[in-house]
Parts: sequence; structure tokens; C-alpha cells
Amino acid sequence: MAIFLTNESKVIVQGMTGSEGRKHTSRMLASGTAVVGGVTPGKGGQSVDFGSTAVPVFNSVGEAMAATGADVTVIFVPAKFTKAAVVEAVEAEIPLAVVITEGVPVKDTAEFFTLSQGSKTRLIGPNCPGLISPGQSNAGIIPADITKAGRVGLVSKSGTLTYQMMYELRDFGFSTALGIGGDPIIGTTHIDALQAFQDDPDTDAIVMIGEIGGDAEERAADYIKANVTKPVVGYVAGFTAPEGKTMGHAGAIVSGSSGTAAAKQEALEAAGVRVGKTPSETAQLMREIMQSVAG
Amino acid sequence: MDLYEYQARDIFEAQGVPVLRGITATTAEEARTAAAELGTPVVVVKAQVKTGGRGKAGGVKIARSPDEAAARAEEILGLDIKGHVVQTVMVTEGADIAEEYYFSVLLDRANRRYLAMCSKEGGMEIEQLAVERPEALARIPVDPVVGIDQAKADEIVAAAGFDAADAAELARVFQLLGKVYVETDATLVEVNPLVKTGSGSIVALDGKVSLDENADFRHPGNEALVDSSASDPLENAAKEKGLNYVKLDGSVGIIGNGAGLVMSTLDVVAYAGEQVAGHPKPANFLDIGGGASAEVMANGLEIILGDAQVKSVFVNVFGGITACDAVANGIVQAFQLLEGRGEAVTKPLVVRLDGNNAEEGRRILTEAALPGLEQVDTMDGAAKRAAELAAN
Repeated sequence: MAIFLTNESKVIVQGMTGSEGRKHTSRMLASGTAVVGGVTPGKGGQSVDFGSTAVPVFNSVGEAMAATGADVTVIFVPAKFTKAAVVEAVEAEIPLAVVITEGVPVKDTAEFFTLSQGSKTRLIGPNCPGLISPGQSNAGIIPADITKAGRVGLVSKSGTLTYQMMYELRDFGFSTALGIGGDPIIGTTHIDALQAFQDDPDTDAIVMIGEIGGDAEERAADYIKANVTKPVVGYVAGFTAPEGKTMGHAGAIVSGSSGTAAAKQEALEAAGVRVGKTPSETAQLMREIMQSVAG
Repeated sequence: MDLYEYQARDIFEAQGVPVLRGITATTAEEARTAAAELGTPVVVVKAQVKTGGRGKAGGVKIARSPDEAAARAEEILGLDIKGHVVQTVMVTEGADIAEEYYFSVLLDRANRRYLAMCSKEGGMEIEQLAVERPEALARIPVDPVVGIDQAKADEIVAAAGFDAADAAELARVFQLLGKVYVETDATLVEVNPLVKTGSGSIVALDGKVSLDENADFRHPGNEALVDSSASDPLENAAKEKGLNYVKLDGSVGIIGNGAGLVMSTLDVVAYAGEQVAGHPKPANFLDIGGGASAEVMANGLEIILGDAQVKSVFVNVFGGITACDAVANGIVQAFQLLEGRGEAVTKPLVVRLDGNNAEEGRRILTEAALPGLEQVDTMDGAAKRAAELAAN
């Protein structure tokens, strides 16, 4: 098992014929993902050659699902067209839509997130690296060869911190590593991932990486206190970020006292989460937990 | 991007939101002309700064003649309001204020929708009202797909407890402000105060608007709203090169790939700095993104070396999609590029490469033997070394 993505997942790529889509489809295939189709309106019937595999292109998500049984879509279309692509995926009722595109206007995200509420589609992202269940499937842009399969679950707002943590704990490996993105509005949240990892029999412990902005970590801390029995270690980036300055992620902006890294750390520690001062220290905390689980 | 009040006023006017006439001025003389052109017995001279509390700081003054307007502008221009020096004032018509209200619509991150807030008691610090008498501030969720339609506007009016006599006009104005929010791709539209005049009309007397820069592709006119005079010259130079750079007040220059990793790098450097003399701090945030090509690396180094406060530089790269050998080659070429531009690297540089092909990347840097460049293999260790090099 794993969360949201397993070796049974059949993946399609919206925007596969674009340069980013093509590059990352190739990498997903190389890491063993069952990429069964691409979607580019107007290019249905063509196929794209990836070395030994030719992947068929469909005109719509619905068409691709009917022909291939796909249950995951990874969306690489440019920000201007992302809303239309997500709406199409939601209306086709695909179970999982992973939105990689960065720079999506938050109004568009607010609208497609609202449409996805109560639908059959789980959204991840936008502006995220996607998720990987090592050895099983890789939906997005996470490098597959920096870690291995194992029993740690990872959920993170940040892409490169996801990679850093996967690499630091490559001796233990991961059930699933999930980058949820740092935009002001995202589909799947820390809490959704924590719940799924708690329920996943193949995950023993969870690393949660947050950063300044919003109150998602504080709410996750409340959730952990009430619902999560597996050990959780945390890391929060942005202690030195000055107030009112945006640091890259649209969501990572501090305004007022709520949303600071210190407030998040305090909330997590109050919920029994051990919080590392640096990514390496956080990895070390998890290493100790995994050693005691193994022992 | 936060807008100035006069820019918000222009947007309101274009959408039909009732506002007062206003003319900007950057000198006392221009303020005199503006007041004469407005021609009302009373005008108000208002500092244009992107911060709150300008009234208390002496940034809003009444004038009863063009000469007085010039005198008041003279006092306000150049004033330092919470670190913002006033470069521009707006001269507006005077208003006959009977009542002051508050209205805003903003992004509600926690609930992943929009939120309208409204109070019959505007004018004062709204944060204070929200804490002291939360019942006086109505909070109404707004569905992003629907926006503020007639039904929602009526709901806001009712929740804030307005008199029936004003309900229709207020609901009309709330819908228009909702339209401003949606059509400009705003993340905040705030009016404080929204006033009822002696003759009973509703007027937006102030305006705060923040726009979502991700939506700039839909609003080519937004480029004209950017005010580069207010930001740091290094930040402007970085922006021109397409770099994601924020100037901070420290001496360890930082370059990394990925916003989260760079934010984390700042923290780790700050911790390391606490242990050495002078407690050096990070000098900047600079995210060169996933690709980390030679040109981007060179541009990044150029910006950081242009910061006179910088004593050492920490390059912290995790090789994921772009493997470390490519990053190492990028650094080597960046040194050559900079030399070619006559800006040879003269400050010590600590490089930490980890991830894909880390060993090959490190070998390339070792062989290149670049002047002043040291490698440390862990993030914590490299941060410590960079802090030591910036110690005094």
C-alpha cells in the first residue's frame, strides 16, 4: 500500500505534448509509472514515442479514461489554461488530479477547488511537485532515484525540502512522499495526508514539513493531537523571514502574529510532535523513531 | 502587489463604485493646482503610502484653500510613516461625513473561499474592533464561483445590521466592490471608511487593493501600477533578471534552489550565526529555481556580490531534477561569465551540493579550484562555515 498512488494507478498526463509534459512523462515512465495516455485537445489519435513506449494521446480526459481506465491525471498545462484543464478532469470524475503548474491565479484555484468539493476528484496542488510511492508509481516531478521504498510517510508544502528529506532518509525509504504545494489555496492539505498516512498499514511514522504563512500547520497540529497515533516529526521553514515579505511561494507571506514559524512550531510541539531545527536534525529525529520501531 | 490608495480609487471609479474626485501631487505646487482644480471649499491632502495608520502619523490633513493645500502637502511630503517616505499625496474633495462603515472582501485561505467582512462601525482600527467586539464585525463566506451577487449583498447588509433605508444602495455598492475583487484578480479589497454623507449617499473614502501577480497575464495594464521607486535597488535589478530575490539585513549571501529550501537555508544560517562573533545573519533570499543553469547562477551571484553588506556567500543546492554535475558546471561557468563581465568573484563562497550525482558535482568543483570557493557536504556544516567567514 501507500497513500493516493500505488502500483495499480493508471496515470494520464494533461499537457503531455508540451515540453514540460514530455520531459516529465519520460521521467515518470523511467521510474516505473504506468503512464497510459496523454491529453491534448485536437491531438487525439496521435501518440508520443518515449523510447520503448509509445503513449497514445486523447482529446479529452473522459476519452482517455474510457479507453485506458486511467484513475490519476497529472496536469502540466500552462497557468493560463490550468483552470480549464482541472475543471475538465473534475467533470470527468477522475479520482486523483495532480496539478503541477505554478503561477496559477488564486481566483482560478478558488474556483476549481470549489467545483471539486463534493465531486469524485481529489485535487493535489497546484504549484506542487506531485507525489511518489517509491517502487510503485510517480505522479509529478519528484526525482525517483534519491530514495527507496520504505515505511516513512512524508507530506510537505515545499518541493526541494521534500527532496532533501527523501534523500536524508534514503536509508529507511518512504511509503509515499507527497508535495502539497505552498499556494494560498491548495487541494489536498496536511490534514488530508496525515489522515491517509494514519490509515495506511504500510506507513509507520510521518514527517510533516511546513512553512510560514496561513494556519495549516496549526490546524494540522490540532488534528494530530486528536486523531494521529503514529509518531510524527515536523519541520517548519521561515523563522528568519521578515514580516510582510513574500518568499517565493505565494502562500509564504507573514502578516501579523499568526502564520509565523514560531507559532507553528509551538502548536506542533504542543500536539506531541517533535520539531527539528534544521532538515538534517528533523531527519535524525525520524531516524531515532524508525530505529525504535524496527528494534 | 499592494496598490496605493489613488490607484485603488481609480479602479473603483472605473467599476462604478462611488468615490470622491482626487488628484495626485508630488510637490506642494502641484497640490495647490490640484486643490484649485477641485474647487471645493474644503479639500483633504492624503499621504500615499502602503501602510496603515497614516492619519495618526499626520499623513491626512484638511485644507480650506489652495494655499493651505500647498502648505499641508509641504508638511506631508517627505514624512516617514512606519519606514515609508511619502513621495506622493492625493488631494481629494472634502466629504460631509454622517456615518463611517467598514467593508472588505478577501481570500480566506483556511476555508479556501472568499470572505466578506462588514461593520457599521468603520473608521477605527478594524483589527481592534475585531478583537474587542467581534459581534460588531459581520463575517460572511462568499462562494468563489458565485461571488457577491444580489442575494449575497443583501445577506451582508442584513448581517451588519444596516438600516432598511440604506440597504438597497449599500447592497449595490457591495456588489460593485465584489466585481472589483473578481475582475481585477484581487486578493483583498478593503474600504475603511465607507461613508454615508449628510445627503445620504454612500461613498468609498479610502481603498486598499492587493492584486494577485499570478494573474498579471490577464491584466497587461498592471505593469503601470508597479512602483519601483519604493523597493530596494538590488531587488529591482534582480526582478529585471527574472530572479526571485528579497533583500534582508545581514552579511551572508544566500543562493539556493526551491523556495522552501532557501527559506530553510536562511534559518540554518541564522542559527549558525548565533554561535560566531558578530552574529552574522542572512543577507537575502534568492531562489534560482530547479534548473540552476550557468546564466541564472551567474546572475544570482552578480546580484549578491553587488550587495556591499555581503561578506560571504552560501550556495545551497539540492540536485533533484537537475543533477549536481550540471549545477557544478553551472557554477564554474558562472565564475567565467562574471569574470567576462569584469565582476570577478572576490568574496568567499561556500558550496553545498547534495542529491543526484553529488560526488561527480563535487569532483568538478574540486578540479576547477575556483578562487575563494570551499565545499562542505552537509547543509548544517556549510551554513556554519559561511557564518564563520562572515564573522568579525
